Amino acid sequence: MSQNISINSIPTASLSSRNKIHPQKFMLWMGIGSICMMFAGLTSAYIVKRNQGNWLEFDIPVYFWYSTLVIMLSSITIQFAVKAFKERAMQKYKALVTITAILGIVFSYLQWIGFSFLNNHGIQLIGRGSNPAASFLFVIMLLHIVHVIGGVMALLIIFFKAFSSKIKTYSSISIELAATYWHFVDLLWIYLFIFFYLIK
Amino acid sequence: MSNEVLHAHAEAITVHGDHHEHHHQETFISKYVFSQDHKMIAKQFLITGMVWAVLGGLMSVLFRLQLGYPDAHFTWLEDILGKWWVKDGRITPEAYYALVTTHGTVLVFFVLTAGLSGTFANFLIPLQIGARDMASPFMNMLSYWFFFTASIVMISSMFVETGPFSGGWTAYPPLSALGSASPGSKTGMDLWLIAMALFVVSSLLGGLNYIATVLNMRTKGMSMTRLPLTIWALFFTAVLGVLSFPVLFSGFILLIFDRNFGTSFYLSDIYVNGVGALQNEGGSAILYQHLFWFLGHPEVYIILLPAMGMVSEILSTNARKPIFGYMAMVGSMFAIAVLAFLVWAHHMFVTGLNPFLGSVFVLLTLLIAVPSAIKVFNWLTTLWKGNIRFTPGMLFAIGFVSLFISGGLTGIYVGNSALDIHLHDTYFVIAHFHIVMGVASMFGMFAGIYHWFPKMYGRYLNNTLAYIHFWVTLVGAYLIFWPMHYEGLAGMPRRYYDYSTWESFKQFADLNRFISIVAMIVFATQILFLFNFFYSIFKGRIVTKQNPWNSNTLEWTTPIRPGHGNWPGEIPEVHRWAYDYGKDGKEFIPQTTPVGAEESQH
Ligand code: HEM
Ligand SMILES: [Cu+2]
Repeated sequence: MSQNISINSIPTASLSSRNKIHPQKFMLWMGIGSICMMFAGLTSAYIVKRNQGNWLEFDIPVYFWYSTLVIMLSSITIQFAVKAFKERAMQKYKALVTITAILGIVFSYLQWIGFSFLNNHGIQLIGRGSNPAASFLFVIMLLHIVHVIGGVMALLIIFFKAFSSKIKTYSSISIELAATYWHFVDLLWIYLFIFFYLIK
Repeated sequence: MSNEVLHAHAEAITVHGDHHEHHHQETFISKYVFSQDHKMIAKQFLITGMVWAVLGGLMSVLFRLQLGYPDAHFTWLEDILGKWWVKDGRITPEAYYALVTTHGTVLVFFVLTAGLSGTFANFLIPLQIGARDMASPFMNMLSYWFFFTASIVMISSMFVETGPFSGGWTAYPPLSALGSASPGSKTGMDLWLIAMALFVVSSLLGGLNYIATVLNMRTKGMSMTRLPLTIWALFFTAVLGVLSFPVLFSGFILLIFDRNFGTSFYLSDIYVNGVGALQNEGGSAILYQHLFWFLGHPEVYIILLPAMGMVSEILSTNARKPIFGYMAMVGSMFAIAVLAFLVWAHHMFVTGLNPFLGSVFVLLTLLIAVPSAIKVFNWLTTLWKGNIRFTPGMLFAIGFVSLFISGGLTGIYVGNSALDIHLHDTYFVIAHFHIVMGVASMFGMFAGIYHWFPKMYGRYLNNTLAYIHFWVTLVGAYLIFWPMHYEGLAGMPRRYYDYSTWESFKQFADLNRFISIVAMIVFATQILFLFNFFYSIFKGRIVTKQNPWNSNTLEWTTPIRPGHGNWPGEIPEVHRWAYDYGKDGKEFIPQTTPVGAEESQH
């Protein structure tokens, strides 16, 4: 562990002098704020466009209800994973992280099924003749899926790092960061879901 | 990494503090190329920015040739640039628009955002707050290399067959969305979008790092209210960037879908000559403008704030007086940062915006004049009765104040929707933003370079060349942009290829030629500066004083040529703000000096 820390990454004087928020956690929060701005931009664009007319109204397919359940479940499993790590129940931790990652993929898959359902029922998402209402839904949800996949990758990296290195790490920071991010994409989805459910 | 580990290690460093620099062997690659030292990354940003400034400046010289000499034939240019750019000795219309567009994009984003805040945020934040490096040196390095990649992609767009993007730096659809609408909207636009997406990533990585560093890594005693104003400015800049660039990004994503996946976010009822009516329906081009300007307006302050911060610092240091109204300065920067998000529609007064909504935006826009005026007042009062040392950095700082006043005043004109109906898209706007943003921020950047060059390279720049550079640039900038106000008031539109065919604007033929000539002289003077810069890196007068400007801030407590980690021993502790100049009869009191018992309070 210690050789991983290079001299310059250490806030020497400050950490010893004050009890500040952890820099990496802080950066994650900032990054989350930044992602929020992106989706805020997109959903406000949606509202602005909707108010200008020529807007296609359609119902959200039921698959998005299922995916909502799946991603909420995954938030619970990752929370238990953090707990397991802190209790050093490594087998349990391994299992929970794996389940979480799988749930993330299942979520993305269900979203994709939802897209095809729309496409097969006359709601064209992109391409010639598509209406912005459907394109917006597709692009915004697609971007959200990208963020979920990003979370899955982060989980995988943490997972393999924790078990491949010879040095035992007792720091739970990586998994905590991943969990925070995971809860965030979960909440982000719930926001988007309610948004698309209410504002058609 | 847990805090406990950090603590343990931190103690180890303080014990062996004085020889930590020898801990790792640095190779050429890790020192100069993939460096994680914030000072080296700053220099990388600076020099890449300079390369872009030269290219962008050269582009403006080329299109000024067209505007100044619409009838002339420069056949030699054809030999240099080739047929696509110059035909029959004249810049082709496609090339003209490509040049104007790339000039704008490059100067706004690559020079004045990456080159300016990338350089000085990297260089000054750790040095002035007392940190060994950024919160994440690795992310910092990534930030530069994303910028570098963006640069390469942008440059490569100059060489594609259909030419670089040519729809203006704001890239409004439908022109930017339809390859069939203009040659520049084909591959050139794809590359433009890729470059800008990479650029956004670079800015976000940088910005997150700057914020985390300022908030978390200040040395002992460096409370937020003791921060030099440069740091406050760079901090607000980063916050603006982190909150507004993602919105631009979302605008770009929708544009990419419209371009490549047949969606209609921005497109509706379009007829393209030679192609026919398009199928797209239901989109709105104005939507893009909202998304663009939601970044676009904060972006102008992203460009300006670092310059404001550095100017405050340099004015105070060289006037040998405390900055006037420190808290008012911080407060007004905060007000600017907040208002910057609430005024974007002033770029859209003539898009059919609801007039009532327009008047709300007029009010909010004019409100920005208040914090701007506070800052100007404070700079002038800082100078007032100062014991001024006219160093080159100081001259550029004073020049900045002058330019900011001139350009800020015209902001009040265009900020009124009633006046803007006449002034929008004319040369008046060009004059406004070049003076207040373009040249003013350039002056801030020059001030910063002249002031901190000794810290960057351990040598001085040549003063004589610096004075020539300053005076020619200042006078030249006014001579170039002042007359444009008159052209704009007369209704002369921006972004036209040739004004000589217009009866109403023929009268400006001589004026346009005059502007072009001055532009070339000013450009040549910048080459002089570049010569000075690169010559002085190797041959400049060597700095022998640790604190050459007798300044209070922490960067001057490091060795003349600081190594990786900045301070060889412990990081000094801070006991006071950065502006104790001329206090209690002492010329200056560095931040590291403990407060004496009999000292008067500030
Ligand atoms: C008192 C303060 C200011 C006010 C009221 C103001 C107002 C405006 C308005 C209303 C416009 C739109 C004009 C039009 O297109 O018709 C404009 C354009 C512009 N302003 Fe300002 N401005 C102010 C200060 C600044 C500052 C400080 C900067 C930069 C640091 C800046 C940069 C720009 C730029 C870049 C544009 C033109 C963008 C384009 O159309 O290409 N302005 N300003
Ligand atoms: Cu603006």
